[in-house]
Amino acid sequence: MKIRTSQDFQRIREKGLKRLYPKRVRVKVGMATCGISTGAAEVYDALREEVNKEKLDIVVGQTGCIGFCQQEPIVDIQEFGKPRVLYGEMTPKKAVQLVSGWFDGEVRPKWALCRFDEERNILTGDLYAHISNGVPKKMEKIPRYHEIPFYREQVKIALRNCGFIDPESIEEYVAIGGYRSLWHILSNMKPEEVIEEVKRSGLRGRGGGGFPTGVKWELCRKAKGDVRYVICNADEGDPGAYMDRSVLEGDPHSVLEGMVIGAYAIGAHEGYIYVRDEYPLAVQKLRAALNRAEEYGLVGQDILGTGFDFSIKINKGGGAFVCGESTALMASLEGNVGEPRAKHIHTVESGLWEKPSNLNNVETWANIPVIIARGSDWFAKIGTERSKGTKVFSLVGKVSNTGLVEVPMGITLREIVYDIGGGIPGGRRFKAVQTGGPSGGCIPESLLDLPVDFDRLTEVGSMMGSGGMIVMDEANCMVDVAKYFINFLRDESCGKCTSCREGTQRMYEILDDITEGRGKRGDIERLEELGWVVRETSLCALGGTAPNPVLSTIKYFRDEYEAHIEEKRCPAGVCKALIQYTIDPELCTACGRCRKDCPSDAISGAKKVPHTIDQEKCIKCGMCIEACKFDAVTVQ
Amino acid sequence: MDFRKVDSIIGQHGNRESEVISILQDIQQEKNYLAKEVLEHVAEKMTIPLARVYRIATFYNVFSLKPRGRHLINVCLGTACHVRGGERILEKLERDLKVVRGETTKNQRFTLETVHCLGCCSLGPVMVVDGKTFGRLNQNTVGKLLRDFD
Repeated sequence: MKIRTSQDFQRIREKGLKRLYPKRVRVKVGMATCGISTGAAEVYDALREEVNKEKLDIVVGQTGCIGFCQQEPIVDIQEFGKPRVLYGEMTPKKAVQLVSGWFDGEVRPKWALCRFDEERNILTGDLYAHISNGVPKKMEKIPRYHEIPFYREQVKIALRNCGFIDPESIEEYVAIGGYRSLWHILSNMKPEEVIEEVKRSGLRGRGGGGFPTGVKWELCRKAKGDVRYVICNADEGDPGAYMDRSVLEGDPHSVLEGMVIGAYAIGAHEGYIYVRDEYPLAVQKLRAALNRAEEYGLVGQDILGTGFDFSIKINKGGGAFVCGESTALMASLEGNVGEPRAKHIHTVESGLWEKPSNLNNVETWANIPVIIARGSDWFAKIGTERSKGTKVFSLVGKVSNTGLVEVPMGITLREIVYDIGGGIPGGRRFKAVQTGGPSGGCIPESLLDLPVDFDRLTEVGSMMGSGGMIVMDEANCMVDVAKYFINFLRDESCGKCTSCREGTQRMYEILDDITEGRGKRGDIERLEELGWVVRETSLCALGGTAPNPVLSTIKYFRDEYEAHIEEKRCPAGVCKALIQYTIDPELCTACGRCRKDCPSDAISGAKKVPHTIDQEKCIKCGMCIEACKFDAVTVQ
Repeated sequence: MDFRKVDSIIGQHGNRESEVISILQDIQQEKNYLAKEVLEHVAEKMTIPLARVYRIATFYNVFSLKPRGRHLINVCLGTACHVRGGERILEKLERDLKVVRGETTKNQRFTLETVHCLGCCSLGPVMVVDGKTFGRLNQNTVGKLLRDFD
């Protein structure tokens, strides 16, 4: 059925509202990849089985990731007229207990993460109240959504629907205000007005470059030619960043709607989504969403009966990091190897098949419907002077609360790591936070009060990138981290520019020498010099930013490099050639666990005799540390 | 070798040159890897130089020119997994399976590969076996996990 009239629209909306807020109990399981990898599918199956077996009046459904991945699998229960409650770390057994006791009033506050008494719809600004008659006494102890530290500072624009709606239901997307912005612009706005609105919002590209989105659209619209392309970059290659996956899996329609709006503004009739092959679930959800959008006449010919045509094709990437670069991505879409080209002519003028092409990333597209719905003034009030709106960060690594956080630009790193992230687990000390993926850098503790926006991060030698934020503690070696990134980049360098291909290789070799105990005086200076050459003489951003992880760690953690080179010592206890595992006889209880687990028979000892490690045999795999319950194994 | 399936995949993509990456992906999904004869056949059928097909098949990480085992293990070496010990998970698998990364076990049971990020960064270290993702791994759990794959 194609949507043609506002009545058609209303019918779908009502269908969606019934699904979203049924007049009974609804249970949703977070079924994004992060949920599934911790057992969400088993939880979902167990719930279905229990509900069917006991004939419970409960609808079991699925949703995307609500961001608090640390707590996965997450189950969300909503009873009509009562608060919606989130439960974390669910198992099939716990989930069954939860629903089977639900009608007896067992709300199990101890398992609950938080509750929603109401929900703010970011597209309309409306407040939807879950509670009709106050909060039930048993639920009072459960903290409210905006009271728990993880969510307190968050403002969800790009992630607005993830973990709220069923990504496979276009009706739910419409019910929550979806495709209204598209409807609005097609019936009330000229393409130039849409561009003006996006320009005024101050939205900058969320994929890493930070180029003003509206300006890009305008350049593409004004470029010579009759055929234009709109492309969504969903080749989220930065290791440590996964917001695009979450949006594609949890709210694919927001990206499609953004793209159709962009296509109308730019004057394009064909679009592409280039999505990572490593994200099979995202591809699947995206395909399903696209089919539904086509059925309803929201993508394809004569959209919403307005005569505007725009079709979208989904292409799977080939697992090449460099294809996240716009010209390489376009080469790949053309069926070539993903090698970047010089950009003296921009892709907005000559991109895919040498036609004007506008490329934005997933998170950027997902922002568009909200900007249209709420207006540029509203959007521009969020954030800092030159970085407007919010940014999604994947807060991962050595931090207590890992997950996706969407915060207004300008928030400090300290607030993200300590207030939202809950600091470093295990009582260890913070060492650095790595932002910007392999193009970014490591930021030390002294700069934690830095407000996060595009320009400030660049000033300190890192960058916003796509929003990966990997926290490291004192047990992470910064030389090892630098080597890790350079190893990644030498592997992913397409090989076109000698400086990048050979430079990253040579930098890797030097770093490998340093971590293997073969470091020499002058190595640091050589790395700096090589870094400069690679940066200045490579064509694309991969090479142009490749030295950042090395240069920033040298800048802020030079002492660690020196310890490796001068003293042949790895202060963090990571680099295998420079460390030794030993067992503290005072702490050892001679339980024998480590001896049993040691793969190289390096541990000897007997009952009641403290164990020892034979350094000749030890392969430094760390099995003994994992096995020891008494912290008797130490690294020196 | 029977090329009927390969021909039908090429046909589904309209024999268009720009589709060659997608075509190779679909063929690999069907055949588990890209054999030399398959690449030659694709080049001939699509009238594009074999060198170009070969270049694409070797440029992109998803393609394998060697037969893979019955089960494909992909250990994530993304940054978040790295700082939480992803490399150790890989080393443990290398020891247990007696292969190094990129290789297939002698009995064709497992192929051990690595991937730069699976986007499950909050649950690292992570690996994927035959499309199923396992998170929060340590060396002990990873050894036991593989028993379910024969």
